[in-house]
Amino acid sequence: MSKHEITTIIGLEVHVQLKTKTKLFCSCSAAFGAPPNTQVCPVCLGLPGALPVMNEEAIELAIRAGLAINCSIPPMTKWDRKQYFYPDLPKGYQISQFDLPICADGYLEITDPEDPDSIRHIGIIRAHLEEDAGKSMHDEQTGKSDTRIDLNRCGTPLLEIVSQPDLRSAAEVKEYLTQLKLILTHLDVSDCEMQEGSLRVDANVNLHIRFDGKKIATPIVEVKNMNSFRAVERALEYEIERQYADWEVDGLTIEDNPKTTRGWDDVKERTFVQREKEESADYRYFPDPDLLPIRIPAERVEELRQSLGELPRETFARLQSQHGLKPYDADVIVNQGPAMIAYYERVSELSGDAKRASSWIQQDVMRTLKDRDVSIDDFLVTSVQLGELLKRVSDGQLDNTRARDVFSYLLEKESTVEQAIAALGIEQVDSSEIDALCQALLDANPAVVDDVRGGKVQAVGSLIGQAKKKNPNANPQQVRETLLRLIGK
Amino acid sequence: MLDSAAELLRLQENGDLTAVEITEKSLSAIESSEKSINAFTHVAAEKAIETARRVDAKRAAGEPLGPLAGIPVAVKDVLCTSDMPTTCSSRMLKDFLPPYDATVVEKLRVADAVIIGKTNMDEFAMGASTETSAFGVTRNPWDTDRTPGGSSGGAAACVAAGNVPLSLGSDTGGSIRQPAAFCGITGLKPTYGRVSRYGLVAFASSLDQVGPMAWSVPDVALLLQAIAGFEPRDSTSLNQYVPNYSEILQTTDLRGLKIGILSESSETEALDPAIRKAVQDAGEVFRSCGAELVEVNLPHSEYWVPTYYVIAPCEASSNLSRYDGAHYGHRTESIDTGSEHGPLVSAYCRSRDEGFGAEVKRRIMVGTYALSEGYADKYYNQALKVRRLIKGDFDNAFTQCDLLLGPVTPSPAFRIGEKVDDPIQMYLCDLFTVGANLAGLPAISLPGGSDSKGLPIGIQLQAPVLEESRLLFAAGAFQTATDHHKQRPQPLTETK
Repeated sequence: MSKHEITTIIGLEVHVQLKTKTKLFCSCSAAFGAPPNTQVCPVCLGLPGALPVMNEEAIELAIRAGLAINCSIPPMTKWDRKQYFYPDLPKGYQISQFDLPICADGYLEITDPEDPDSIRHIGIIRAHLEEDAGKSMHDEQTGKSDTRIDLNRCGTPLLEIVSQPDLRSAAEVKEYLTQLKLILTHLDVSDCEMQEGSLRVDANVNLHIRFDGKKIATPIVEVKNMNSFRAVERALEYEIERQYADWEVDGLTIEDNPKTTRGWDDVKERTFVQREKEESADYRYFPDPDLLPIRIPAERVEELRQSLGELPRETFARLQSQHGLKPYDADVIVNQGPAMIAYYERVSELSGDAKRASSWIQQDVMRTLKDRDVSIDDFLVTSVQLGELLKRVSDGQLDNTRARDVFSYLLEKESTVEQAIAALGIEQVDSSEIDALCQALLDANPAVVDDVRGGKVQAVGSLIGQAKKKNPNANPQQVRETLLRLIGK
Repeated sequence: MLDSAAELLRLQENGDLTAVEITEKSLSAIESSEKSINAFTHVAAEKAIETARRVDAKRAAGEPLGPLAGIPVAVKDVLCTSDMPTTCSSRMLKDFLPPYDATVVEKLRVADAVIIGKTNMDEFAMGASTETSAFGVTRNPWDTDRTPGGSSGGAAACVAAGNVPLSLGSDTGGSIRQPAAFCGITGLKPTYGRVSRYGLVAFASSLDQVGPMAWSVPDVALLLQAIAGFEPRDSTSLNQYVPNYSEILQTTDLRGLKIGILSESSETEALDPAIRKAVQDAGEVFRSCGAELVEVNLPHSEYWVPTYYVIAPCEASSNLSRYDGAHYGHRTESIDTGSEHGPLVSAYCRSRDEGFGAEVKRRIMVGTYALSEGYADKYYNQALKVRRLIKGDFDNAFTQCDLLLGPVTPSPAFRIGEKVDDPIQMYLCDLFTVGANLAGLPAISLPGGSDSKGLPIGIQLQAPVLEESRLLFAAGAFQTATDHHKQRPQPLTETK
């Protein structure tokens, strides 16, 4: 797109809603989707005299998340009030964390989209806890721009994860978000559903352009209103192009306009200006006197670290080293989450063939899951069944085609692999029977014999097909070997 | 008659008086004095009689009764009550009915107390004279041209006027002790965290405490017992054992007790000579009871008021942000839709402008300023550092003595209108009281005599954290040895 050398600079602020049963400072349910203003109490409504009480579960989830993204957990953290007026913020301040976040200074490893064999470290500045605000619903249909407020979300716990501006492309952003979601869902810390708002992304993006031997920075744009990973990717792709194109026309740099806010329009597929000049807001942070500082003993952090288990990135590495999978295949399986990883490992172990297990899972299993819209937990073919089935394929007892028949049968009827094989009339064919079948075919097709003798080994292919027709149970591999042996090749 | 809860409990037990009779007496006393003093924002006559009837029925049925059974108690209008408005004496909350009871109110109900009504106060507890109330000034029963002090002015005045034997106040910088001193009664500010703040409408969260007011120490102890204790809904509440506060009263033997006299406060020029003398006399009373007097220093006491008047407004500016007219409270009827900042900002500005009085606005502005970027380090953060030094002073002093004795106020009750237009003069009323709030200590104000005009004078005792028992022990001895707490104002005439 460009005549210049350009470096894209992107940093992300990701809000994830923690999966606590109750809100951050009261015992109201934090569940999504209840009728408006039904999950509220004096505390989350900010009524006079009501006081917050911290939810320990949120602290634990935040520490687990922080450890998984390689953050340090300080021995002491605290709550601060961030003050601004808005109708969906009933106290006039949000309880957040200012200068002592619960998690600091971590990083996330992502696969480089440009080179699947290399890894990029994306720095994480901090991750802090805060309470969510309510939702303002602007109803413009009535013609008088009526706004209704739902305070159910008020006080639900959020972890805001702030990355370094280390991301260099929209593809990297997508990979970063994918990895982050993978980790947080793996730990059961958050659902990370962008559509439900349990994961929200704001991206700060600008370009460093080499021009006349100098580095020029375009104005930083904060992009908002993106409600899917795809939207994030497209918004950033658009924004990168737009910033370059605008710079070519107006030449504006970061000195002319330090920061603007733009929203993403998913329908028109473009960003639009929301706030031209970012006024530096003064939130008048100060420690919340209603809450005590939180002490986090090192032993507790260690305990939680031990409880994390194997993280997706470690599984990714192990699937390659232990099972010999290619990075791509390992990535696909890891991305399916812990249940699929367990499923894969069982199939791989029972079949004794890690690669066959991987390809079956990626093709047959995942396709079926998608078609039937079920999760691996509810899948009708168990890992034991699939492992047993694939073992028979590896042992040469079944060919792939017959194995797929068995697989389909297992999807429809509850039965063992053995029962399925019997029900489908699949039998092991005796080698003398195969010999006789092959000899008969060779006798009837002398041209093929000549071709093979003349060096065109692939000519036996047509006879394999005929053999299959005469006896569906004949193993194609065995037929091929027998044919070649009988030809004397 | 209505000046001793202990006596009223005894009379009910003996069958000489019923809770309904007591409540009726209280209500009629209120009715006859209210025109003169305006101590209440709300009187819950019917509900009070109803409660009293239940108490009498329980007693008749031989059911167990709470420790405040049938005792009329007035509640400062800063505490949430689910069955009465809670206004904080502000236009902002004029019609606000909380959907819940403050913990201390719940505890009063459990104790079978009769909640008689809500008492007038300085708006959002900001003031030292009850003159900033949106519902009219409360007058001092000793001299109705004078203020009862504040912010718990109504709470003090209704006890002094003989309306009720007990009332609950709140103390952020002296708001229980100063009106107690002005009205000649006893008032205790507990250790920060001793009494739950849940349902206490916040002024300055790190300083606010609810506390008891009554004529005498035993009554104060009785009410403190009913409201003290840990509560999980208040994160700053202390999870500590609550001793029996009434156990060690009724003694005049203070041998072994060291009482520290503050050299700074007794020397300050701001102190009225009659009060200086009352403090000296009190020292002699304690000495005659066997206590040893020692002189101690609190080197940073000159910074108490400036530190307090940074921290308290900072917290207040934040706590009062919620009153924006969007969800409850006063909302303007004249939103300027053409405002350059938009209708929403106009709604906020006008609702707050109309809802808050001048003193509240002043403190919100001071606090907002002191927390602003570039100023927070100079004011708020600096004040927090000084606050630690002030705490350190008290810690040091309490290595040399068990209690501190000093004045409550620089002067006795001042005239209505005298200081209301001079905030600095008004703030200096807190000169001797804010230290205990900044350090989180318990402190008590006791009647210590009167000046030449017959106005009551208070003396103050301060104790280390959670040493309410020690305070009450010494204060009880003082009242056993003196009659100051038995002085009463002239009955109020209905026309004034």
